[in-house]
Amino acid sequence: MASGEEDGTVEEKETNNKKRTKGTIATAWLTFYNIAMTAGWLVLAVAMVRYYLQKGTHKGLYRNIAKTLKFFQTFALLEVGHCAIGIVRTSVIVTGVQVCSRIFMVWFVTNSIRQIQNEESVILFVVVWTITEITRYSFYTFNLLNHLPYFIKWARYNMFIVMYPLGVIGELLTIHASLPYVRRSGMYSLRLPNKYNVSFDYYYFLIIVMLSYIPLFPQLYFHMLRQRRRVLHGEIVVEKDE
Amino acid sequence: MGHVEILDAKTKDKLCFLDKVEPNATIGEIKSMFHKSHPQWYPARQSIRLDPKGKSLKDEDVLQYLPVGTTATFYFRDLGAQISWVTVFLTEYAGPLLIYLMFYFRVPFIYASKYDFTTSKHWVVHLACMCHSFHYVKRLLETLFVHRFSHGTMPLRNIFKNCTYYWGFAAWMAYYINHPLYTPPIYGEQQIRLALIVFLFCQIGNFSIHIALRNLRPPGSKTRKIPYPTKNPFTWIFLLVSCPNYTYELGSWLGFTLMTQCLPVAAFTLVGFIQMTVWAKGKHRSYLKEFRDYPTLRSPILPFIL
Repeated sequence: MASGEEDGTVEEKETNNKKRTKGTIATAWLTFYNIAMTAGWLVLAVAMVRYYLQKGTHKGLYRNIAKTLKFFQTFALLEVGHCAIGIVRTSVIVTGVQVCSRIFMVWFVTNSIRQIQNEESVILFVVVWTITEITRYSFYTFNLLNHLPYFIKWARYNMFIVMYPLGVIGELLTIHASLPYVRRSGMYSLRLPNKYNVSFDYYYFLIIVMLSYIPLFPQLYFHMLRQRRRVLHGEIVVEKDE
Repeated sequence: MGHVEILDAKTKDKLCFLDKVEPNATIGEIKSMFHKSHPQWYPARQSIRLDPKGKSLKDEDVLQYLPVGTTATFYFRDLGAQISWVTVFLTEYAGPLLIYLMFYFRVPFIYASKYDFTTSKHWVVHLACMCHSFHYVKRLLETLFVHRFSHGTMPLRNIFKNCTYYWGFAAWMAYYINHPLYTPPIYGEQQIRLALIVFLFCQIGNFSIHIALRNLRPPGSKTRKIPYPTKNPFTWIFLLVSCPNYTYELGSWLGFTLMTQCLPVAAFTLVGFIQMTVWAKGKHRSYLKEFRDYPTLRSPILPFIL
């Protein structure tokens, strides 16, 4: 019986050790990930500033940074995975919605509808995203390293108040600008008759996407506001029980 | 004779004090008494528990058999506005029945006006309408005459969620099946015949399971027993599956997908399958927890697989 008890505690120690190693691996990976993303978006910021200083215009700027933007924005899909396996304690759905909307904008709007790439609204949302992401990823990095300067924390939980709405305006204006080109080209659309007996009209889909901002944006915005109140002012927000 | 005090689970405020409560009083009776002092909280929306974060007590639980002293302290949580299961089922099933028929008869403003009130030239479209309508009429009749519900009510917001799902998908499917540009199945009559056989087989199967489950439970009771195969061959699937009603339901919709060769129908089948699998797994788990001698050969929804 005594040896049985010993086995028990040995097993416990082993599982605790496994848990600690998993924790350190997760922290190491997340630190690397967030440093890499901060660097990536900084590179984007520098590239945009250099282009504008050299050319004096925003025309052609998107084409210039397109590859880097696509690479780093797509890489962010990993964040959904982080939430799913539990090494980041955020809702998979909230992260999923945010990353998907970014991927959608980059790949299915600006990348595929070339005629709108020189619109000012594109520059607007790309600039907003860059500022937001540099703040966000450096916040995570410093947090993981346990040396978070107050100004980064302040920036993360205050800049979004202006950045979020500006970003939304940029995105909506861009989608709106793309509509006539989508309609004319019939891209990504499937017409009847066909053997699957289904149809898809990308034009109306984009309109639905624009309308979906109405319920979705306030939810994400107020989620951030609640986080802000909790982090900056230590207020206890009573969550509505389901 | 005991006393009962009811506190708010969140704020711990004293909401109600009932003195001189019979020891053999049930939670259901206590809920009625609580309702008298707080008329806005009818019994169906009361969750009474021993612990603020604990599980809800059942209406049938008797006061004297609960781990409480002479003054029992219960915690109350408001479940929100409730609606009866029967009402929800009737509404969510009547919708698809009527909506599909609107598309079938090509009511104006759906398709181009030259097609108003015309009928499809493909006989599979007529067959599909009959099958779809039969399915939902069956569901409505089962709700009224067959099912014995464990819970009387569900939260009110469920009716909006459920109706959006059923009505939305019904409209989406019906639009394409009854469309003037509908393309009939590639393998023609063979495909349609096979699909119809599968569909009817599964409809009968599903109905057989519903009857078998009903007969497990005497009227008005909420007892739970392990379902077993009966003389009806359609129930022999109980040997392999815990929730054959869902298995047959999946089969019916696979049949309908094959019959109509319509992607929205396939999507509806897939989403339904995912939801039913979640339910089947839950039911299977509670069977295993409740009954020590639960047959080990059974899977939740798909024999040996899922």
